[in-house]
Order: sequence, then C-alpha cells, then structure tokens
Amino acid sequence: MYKIVRKHVFNPTETLLEIEAPAVAKKAQPGQFIILRVDEMGERIPLTVGGYDREKGTVTIIFQIVGASTFKLNQLEVGDCLHDFVGPLGRPTELTGEKVCVVGGGLGTAIAYPIAKAFHDEGKKVTAIAGFRNKDLIILHDEFSQASDKYIEMTDDGSNGNKGNVVVPLEKLLSEGEKFDKVICIGPVIMMKFVTQCCKKYNVPECVCSMNPIMIDGTGMCGCCRLTVGGKTKFACVDGPDFNAYEVDFDEAMQRGTMYKAFEKKAYEEAKCNLFKKEVK
Amino acid sequence: MWKEYKPNMALKKNPMPSQDPKVRAHNFKEVAEGYTAEMAIDEAKRCLGCPNKPCVAHCPVNIDIPNFIHEVALGNFEKAYEIISESSSLPAVCGRVCPQETQCEMKCTRGIRPGSEPVAIGRLERFVADWHNANFKGEIVRPKSNGHKVAIIGSGPSGLTCAGDLAKKGYDVTVFEALHLAGGVLVYGIPEFRLPKSIVQKEVDGLKQLGVKVETNMVIGRVITIDELLKEYHFEAIFIGSGAGLPRFLGIPGENLKGVYSANEYLTRTNLMKAYREDSDTPIEHAKNVAVVGGGNVAMDAARCALRLGAEHVYIVYRRSLEELPARKEEVEHAMEEGVDFQLLNNPVELFGDPETGLVSKMKVEKMELGEPDASGRRRPVGTGEYREIEVDCVIDAIGTTPNPLIKHTTEGLETNPHGCIVTKGESGLTSREHVYAGGDAVTGAATVILAMGAGKHAAKAIDEELMGK
Repeated sequence: MYKIVRKHVFNPTETLLEIEAPAVAKKAQPGQFIILRVDEMGERIPLTVGGYDREKGTVTIIFQIVGASTFKLNQLEVGDCLHDFVGPLGRPTELTGEKVCVVGGGLGTAIAYPIAKAFHDEGKKVTAIAGFRNKDLIILHDEFSQASDKYIEMTDDGSNGNKGNVVVPLEKLLSEGEKFDKVICIGPVIMMKFVTQCCKKYNVPECVCSMNPIMIDGTGMCGCCRLTVGGKTKFACVDGPDFNAYEVDFDEAMQRGTMYKAFEKKAYEEAKCNLFKKEVK
Repeated sequence: MWKEYKPNMALKKNPMPSQDPKVRAHNFKEVAEGYTAEMAIDEAKRCLGCPNKPCVAHCPVNIDIPNFIHEVALGNFEKAYEIISESSSLPAVCGRVCPQETQCEMKCTRGIRPGSEPVAIGRLERFVADWHNANFKGEIVRPKSNGHKVAIIGSGPSGLTCAGDLAKKGYDVTVFEALHLAGGVLVYGIPEFRLPKSIVQKEVDGLKQLGVKVETNMVIGRVITIDELLKEYHFEAIFIGSGAGLPRFLGIPGENLKGVYSANEYLTRTNLMKAYREDSDTPIEHAKNVAVVGGGNVAMDAARCALRLGAEHVYIVYRRSLEELPARKEEVEHAMEEGVDFQLLNNPVELFGDPETGLVSKMKVEKMELGEPDASGRRRPVGTGEYREIEVDCVIDAIGTTPNPLIKHTTEGLETNPHGCIVTKGESGLTSREHVYAGGDAVTGAATVILAMGAGKHAAKAIDEELMGK
C-alpha cells in the first residue's frame, strides 16, 4: 500500500500529497507521470510527478479537484493509503538548452516547477512564468522564485497586481529581444496553444508542450491518450507526455479532452452528495 | 475402445446449456452455463478412446485427452482433473476460450463422418475444471524451495503458466504485472460473460498458495529494468510474457474523433475497470450505433460488450467474407444470435464527425470483393469503388495489436523482429540475452491463450534446465 505522509491544502481546489512509493521515487524524473487509484472501484488517475525524495522514498503529487475521483482523493488524510500507485511513466523532459523559459498555467505550474528546478539545478538560465486565475490560487511562489533567475507571476483578474495571462509577459520578453533556446509550456491545452503561437511568431527555436490527455493504462495499451503530432498519431503515455509543440494539433486535443465531460459532472455531483449524506449521518 | 461401458454413438455433441440470447445480450453474466455431471458423463462416453489419439497431437500442450475423458465417463472427476493438470495450468480458462474446432476437436475421429460432431472436448475440460474448483477440498502443498530466484514479466497466460511450473519445482518466483490486477489479457481483454474474472482470480490465488509472489503496479522497463532485475535484484533467470498490447489503428481520416476507440481501450474500460457497473468510477460511452472494425475474437468481444452496454445497433465491419472471419466459430454464432449485424466485405475508408460536438457520426465504407489469395492464404479483398455511409456514434478498431516496445527500448541487446516481436531460439524461448526467456504474444504477435500457455511451459522447462545445470 502507498501511504500518504504529508498533505498540504493550497486552496479549496488544489491539494498536495506526499506519498510513500520507494520504487517510484527511485526512478522518477521531471516531466514523468504516475497513475493512482484511490480504492478498489476507483478510476486510474494520471498525475504528473510534482517532486520526489529518493532518500525518503516519497513522491509528491499536486492535483486539482475536478471530478468524483479527485474529490475522493482529496478526502484522504495523512496515514491513509492509496490502493494503487504506479510509475514513473512516460519519457522525462529533455533538459537541453542553455537559456530556457518555463511557462505554467494553473495546476500546470505544479508540473512546471520540478522542470524549472531541474534546469536551474543544472546551472541553466531559467525564466519562469506562472499564471493563475486570482491571487488566492497562487501556489509554489517561493519554490518558483528559488528555481529561476527571473520569475513572473500573472493573474487573470490582476488581483496580485499583474493582470493578464502567461502569454502577455512571454510576448513582452520576446518582443523586447529576449532569446530563449527553448520554451516549455504546461497547462490547459488552450494556454499551450497560445504560448506555441507566440513562440512561433518570434521564431523561438524549440517549443515543448506537456500534454495531459485522458488515459487509462499509461503504458501504451489503450490508445485513449492519442493525439496528432506532425500529422502522425502519437500516444502521450509512451511517446510523450512532452511533444514538439509546433507540430501538435491542439484543437483536436481540446476536443478529445471533452469526451466524458457530462459523465464527470454527474459523477462529481453524486460524489459530493454522497459525502454530504455521510456527514449528516 | 474402453471396456467399462458402451460408447454413446449419438452423432451430435450434448448441447451446451446457455443463457437465452435475448436475455444475455443485456447482461454480463456468463453465456455458457456449463454441463451438469450427467451431461458430462454422457458426452464423455462419445469418446472412442482411439489408440492413435489424434486429439492429443493437435493440443498445443498435449493434454492426454482420451484418458481424462475416460475418467469423466467413469465419474472420477478429480482424477480427470489431475490428468489435465499434468499438461495444462489453466484448464478452467482454456476450456472456455480455446479454439477447439481448429485444435483437438478438429481431428477427433467422431467428427470425421459428415453430419457427425466431434466429442465436446472443450466443454468437458471446462466441466472438469469447474468441478474441481467447486469441490476440491485438499490443500495445496507448497513445494520445498530450491533457493533459485526467477522473475516473470507479465501475468497473462504465458507468465502464469511459467510461474506455476517453476513454483511447483521449488523456484522462488516473482511475477511483475504493470496493471493493478493480475491476469493480463484474461482480465483486461476477455469479457466477463465469456470468462468470469473469479476464475482468473482463482488461478492467481492458486499460484500464490504455491509461493509465487505477485507484484502489481510494476511496469518493467520503467520502474525496474531487465538488467536491474538480473544484477541488483539477483534474479537468475527472467521470462518475458508481456503480450501484444499495443493497439493498431486503421490510419483513416477521422480516427481521432471522439467516440472512436481501440478495442483495447473499450475492453479495458469495460472489463478491467468494470465501467459497466454502477459502482465503477470509470466512464464509458453508452452509444446507440456501434461499428466494430475487424473479424477476430477481440472484435466479437467488443461487439458483444457494446450490446450489453445498451447499444441498439452493433455492426461488425469486416473487409473479407464470413469464411475468412478469424474469430472462433462459437463466438461468431453467439454474436449473431445476440443480434450483432455483420457487414461483411465492407472496408472503412473515412470517419465523419459532428462539427459541433466532435463526436463520430458516420462511417464511410467501400464495398469489397474477394480476389486472389494473399500471403495469409486467404482471398485478398479488392475495392469495388462503390461507397456508402453507415450512421454511427461509436467506432471500435479491433484490427490487431503488436508487442509493447517498452521492454525492447529499455533492454540493450534484446533482439526483436521488424514487427517488434522478441526473437527467441527454438522451443526454449531463450532470447538474444543470456538468462532472459520470452514467450506468448510478445514473441508470436497476437495469438491464442493456449499457445501462450504452451510457450510458458516450454520456457519453464528450459529455465529449469539452465539453472539446474542440466
């Protein structure tokens, strides 16, 4: 069993869990992901590795409560165990390029952080841009500040004093002549699409996106996570999750991401309702 | 010819008691309900006990068929089970999913004369295994350890068989499974109504009682590599039975629309994740008009799952004719009885979606005709240039799978052929790497449970010979 050793609630919708999983911790690298199941009838939930401690044998995940399964996951406390925890899956992020910009949006910042840190630890010059809906949803502020040479934090509503999405500062930097070897973006598909368009406009040599499509097994078995890259079908679980963003068909990926929207919404309402019933008892 | 009783000279097999097609098309309970003891004894007496045993030669693991059937006829069911067990590790599974009509039953003397059916060997095997599972009260004795460690990668039919054979010899066996549940294709692929999962669980539990360790959630190649298993974990031999899990797609426009599944995804959601149950958290689309592309057992399984998930119309779209359908005859018949609509000599060329929802809405197919035989010996389908459209809201590709490349990519010096199948030397299953053996679909490409089981057996023997220094 995989024990939860630390829980940190960032805000009502985002939570960090540190989980005992020595075999995973031993091998995990930035950009890879894990799959977990909360209980016997649970869904397989893919989540990108948010950090790892090889000595302690723990892996950190940060998740957003978006449906019934993540809602259930959030009900667990320190000392509770996950039913299943498998990984690391997927290919790690390639730490090439001397001067990089790591862009994270929303929960994507949780995944962007270990990548920024890995580049920074290797002595590369790192600019980090993170975007949130408002200042109450800002996470990992100190961590990003320490893992980058320059850190820009944006909010959609401007509540932190920096209004705008992540493309605004990126475009400003590039238009002012900043040269990056590589831009890595992680976040909602729509955000990655616009970051990619911006990079293309300013001829950034390399733009990488980290895809997080719907998945089941995570080992290349089901093809559910397929996407079109350079006109070819690729599996995010084994060929990715990082892809050359210039070649990714983002519109198709967005469409595929909505496959179970209605089901998820219903299941989420039911899960909340069931919890309410339990509490009333 | 047996002396104890007169043979039953009935021309036909005892029919298999089955759920009514109209009822079973809407539930996941097992379709075939199994023989009663009386039926089994009556059927067993149809076996003539021919001295040349053509059935045995055509069984991939050479079960002593006439002898086990003889014991059934005498009512000695446990003895019959012992005879089967000498050659087969998974009789309850094989009795259900083996293609007997192209193996043992194909050469049965009773089936030679026109109008006469072979002995129902498969049904008898299943009866014996089920009887044993329900009535055996003895304890499984854990063999004395010989101290040698062997790792098995994958808990499908080949891995379970190899593990069982080695454990019985006293080896310290650990099975590594990538998914959260052991059983491989037996749990994620073959549906409940054809192979109840409790039967697979029983087989796995039996291995655990023999001392086999089963480690789930272990993706070998990622969590631990083959080289680490040998050097750091000190396994003396490894058997790779990782199957053929990578789905193939048609490569036609529209294939990434929503509502288009690989059979692996559709079946995994349904069988492994139990999406058909109310209490499962995993979603699946409950479509109205489902087209399954392909003609193998997997296509039949997917089509029949779709019916059970509430589809109003399920098509099998296959580019050749009924004669070339690679699925077991029984599966095709069951699918037809349940109301699956076979659109034969039709080849999908494009899928169209609803522009607003992105959900697949139409499949364009080309009418085909059969030309000259191709490399597989089957007549090649040729396009006629005549097209039509079928309305669908779900498409399932069941056109085959190839071995997962993960182990190949992470194991230096492991030779594979251009199809990605691991290259092995003869029956032993030894790969291009010392101490590393392989078998099942990982070596042959997608095939049958019984062939995989046979490969697991041969590899177990070869591993034993290597480690015992024979």
